[in-house]
This record gives sequence, C-alpha cells and structure tokens, in this order.
Amino acid sequence: MTRVPRLVLAALAAAVALGVAACGGSGGEQQAPPRTLTVSAAASLTDVYGQLKTQFEQAEPGTEVRLNFGGSDTLAQQIVQGAPADVLATASTRTMQTAQQAGRIQGQPVTYATNQLQVAVRPGNPKQVTGLPSLVGPQVTESVCAPAVPCGAATEAAERAAGVTLDPVSEEQDVRSVLQRVTTGNVDAGLVYVTDVRSADGQVQGIDFPQATAQGAAQSYLIGAVAGSQDAGLADSWIRFVTGPQGDAALTQAGFRLR
Amino acid sequence: MTRAAPSSPRTRSSRTGSTGHTLPWPVWVPAVVGFGLIAVPVAGLVLRADWPNFLTLITSDAALDALRLSLQTGLTSTALCLLFGTPLALVLARSDLPGLPVWRSIVLLPLVLPPVVGGLTLLFLLGRTGPVGQLLDAWFGVTVPFSTVAVVIAQTFVAMPFLVVSLEGALRTAGDRYEAVAATLGASPMTALRRVTIPVVLPGLVSGAVLAFARALGEFGATVAFAGSLQGTTRTLPLLIYLDSQDDLDSAVALSLLLVVVAVVVIVATRTRDASGVR
Repeated sequence: MTRVPRLVLAALAAAVALGVAACGGSGGEQQAPPRTLTVSAAASLTDVYGQLKTQFEQAEPGTEVRLNFGGSDTLAQQIVQGAPADVLATASTRTMQTAQQAGRIQGQPVTYATNQLQVAVRPGNPKQVTGLPSLVGPQVTESVCAPAVPCGAATEAAERAAGVTLDPVSEEQDVRSVLQRVTTGNVDAGLVYVTDVRSADGQVQGIDFPQATAQGAAQSYLIGAVAGSQDAGLADSWIRFVTGPQGDAALTQAGFRLR
Repeated sequence: MTRAAPSSPRTRSSRTGSTGHTLPWPVWVPAVVGFGLIAVPVAGLVLRADWPNFLTLITSDAALDALRLSLQTGLTSTALCLLFGTPLALVLARSDLPGLPVWRSIVLLPLVLPPVVGGLTLLFLLGRTGPVGQLLDAWFGVTVPFSTVAVVIAQTFVAMPFLVVSLEGALRTAGDRYEAVAATLGASPMTALRRVTIPVVLPGLVSGAVLAFARALGEFGATVAFAGSLQGTTRTLPLLIYLDSQDDLDSAVALSLLLVVVAVVVIVATRTRDASGVR
C-alpha cells in the first residue's frame, strides 16, 4: 500500500524538479546579444514596428529589438507595475500619462502620429453607406468599440460631432474585433481606424466621414523612454528611428498621419 | 456519485474520512498548496476591492443588467443542458451504439477546446455568411449572432459536457441491475427510466447541473466571439468585467467578487442539499 504513493510522489517531485530546471535553463543558456531593447507597443503598431525592427537591427548591428504588443492600457499598467521595458509606445495620450504620472517615463514623450476613424464596409459598399447618419436604423447593422476602450471613446466623440447616436448590434473590446465582424459579413459596417482598413488587404472598403477629425475622435500615438532603462542610449536611438524618415515612411504606408 | 452507499452513522471529524482511516501526511502538503493556489488569489481580490464604493459599483445600471442577463442565460442554458445532455449521457452510458468512444470524444470536445474557438465555430456556422446562418437570414430574416439567444447557445455549447460527464459517471457507477430487476417485474423501459434510473442517479444529475450552471455563468470566450457585447442583450457579467478591467479596475474587482459570491452561493446551496441526504 505505502509503496505506490511513494512512487507517485517521487515521480511528481521529479516532474516538478524537471519543470523548474527547464524554466530556469531556457533564460540563462541563450547566448545573449550584446544589446537588447524591449519595446512595449500598442497592438495597432504590430505591422509597422515589426517592419521597423528589421530595419533598425540592420542599421545597428549587434542589437536585438524585442517587441511586446498589447492594448495601451494593459502595457501602461504593466510598466507602472515595474515590467522591464525600455520604450513605451501607446495609442493614446491618457495611457502615456498613466505611465508618466507613476514616474516611469524618462523625459517628455513625443506625439509622432495620429490615426483616424473610417467606416469599414464590405467591398463595393452594398448598403451604400455614406457617413455616420447613414448607419442609424435597422437597415444597416454596425459594430463599434465599447466606450471604455480608446477606439470607443473616439467613436463617441465622432458621434457627438455628427449629432447622431448609433445603434450598434455589438460594442467590441478592441478595434480588431470590430473589423472581424465586417470581414466575416456579420455586420454591414464597423467603425475602425484607417490603418485597420489598410491591413485588411481589400476585404473591406474604408469610407471617410468629416467628423473623423473632430476633437477627441483622432487617436494620438506617443512614444517615450521608460525610466531606469538598461540601455537608455539604445532606447533613444529607437525613438529617433521611429520618429525619423524611415519611421515616417512605414507609418504613412500603413495609413497613419504624421505629426 | 459523491455519496458512499452505506453512510456511516458516526459524525465526520475533520481528520478522518467517513470510513475512519487517517489520511497519510504526504497528502496534506500538496493539498494545502493546491488550496492556496485557488484561495489566495480570491483573497487578494477581497483586499483589492474598493469597499466604501462597493455597493454603488455593483448596483450600477450596467452591472445590474449584466447580473440579470447572466442569471437568465445561465439558467436557460442549464435547462437546455438538462434537456439535451441527460438523454445524451444515457445514450453514451447505456446504449450499444457503434463507435461510442468516437461519439463521446466529440461530445467532450468543448472541454478541451479553448472557448473562443467554440465561439468562432458557432460564428462560422450560424453567422450571417455561415452555411446555416445564411439560410436563417434568407428564410426568416433571423440573425443569431449579437442576440441573447446566441449567448445561450454559446453557454450551452461549453457547459453541456460537464453535465454529460457527471451524469455518465453516475450511470456507470450505479450499473443497470436495478433496471434489469424492474424489467423482470414488468416495468416498461420508459417506466424503468423514470422510476428507477433517474432517481438512482439524481445526485449525479444535480451536481452535473450545478457544474454546467457554474460553467455557463463564467462563460466568456465563446460568448464574446459569437454573441458580441452589448449592454442588456449580450453583455454578461464576465464580459462586463473584462471590459471594465480596461479602464475601471475598481468596478471590475467589485463585479468579480459579485460573480464569486453568486458561484459560491450556488455551489453551497446544492452541496448542502446533497450532503443532508435530500434525494
């Protein structure tokens, strides 16, 4: 009777020990490149920053850029909680302020780009959507971001400017979910950013509307160096790179507007 | 399923089980660690809560809508799980259907599938451009996603296997001797099912229903992928909690505690009924 549990326990202990050893090993045995830079960036920057990472690593041999993408709120919270990062790039002023107020940003962050809303519709615009007022009513179903998240706040600002109240069938957690509702044909229209329309590779068509430039409707992109960075020099180089000509080209191509 | 057949007349003490032998000590250490892994984070939630504003936070319009919707859809899904899951468990436990292991593994798929995958499969099937959704749209003008019905479908999808597993286990443990006896006494299969089988496995059925309800109540991934999120229509408590966690952590924590309380009340209520011998 007593032998079996002991065997089981021994096996368990071995498994735990192996697991711990494996966890410990993977970090230490990597041959670390001389300089690593960790960049926490808003999810909407995934394509642009991925492209810039390759260019930057070529321009600065011996460096490795690690990109950590997520919602701006999440990233700012992580940095406030002490997550190791050298650069923070958010998709809103408010989230950058969160990190700033916690004393986690070195110097003054830079606003380098903006992103505007568009109405995404199926190619060919079958429901003949023209602007925000044309979305109201049951004949056109639309999906938007929830007001709690940045793209939802922008949507609300645009609605106020247009003097309309939309009747969405769903308020999504993030803008990519809104886009997915349109690409899968489950809604007729969705309020997303110009960059999202571009990234959909022709699966949706973007329709401009005048209120996209209204106060609070456009999204600002800020970048700042995180205080206590391991390599403040490299963090500054990345920021200069992103806000320089190569960054500008990549951002413009993705649909961002430069500031 | 949870009760040993001859129940011990002695009252339980904390260190001895109902059969009277002491647990060996190596059981206790990992048990405590395991308990801590579950209990400590919940305690952390209690510490993090904004108690002075707790009542205001859980009685906001959005919170009350979400609570009502969660209870409503959770109970409906549990009823659907009982309606379809009970016969399903009977078929899996008692029939000689060919390829039974294959059928069973398909039924249990939602247990291993990430819920969001379940939601996407439902969306691809019942969405407006899906094979079934297209027909529903063309024939009846019905769009399933973004409706409360979609929430119920998503919850039933993920919760049903919990009921089936629990009930099938109870059916197998009970065996079919009593039904055989009932048959020799002239009971029709339907009578035997109603008067013998169901009463015998009732505790298993109850605990299966509780598990299914708890799973439905906590459902997030399948719901958000398939039903979307709109206050009063599809935004259940877990969806509201996730949304609030983006910009209003105090509200997210308060609502999490509310969900914990609802879950604990349900579990305790049904467990005490079970343990006090109500069959």
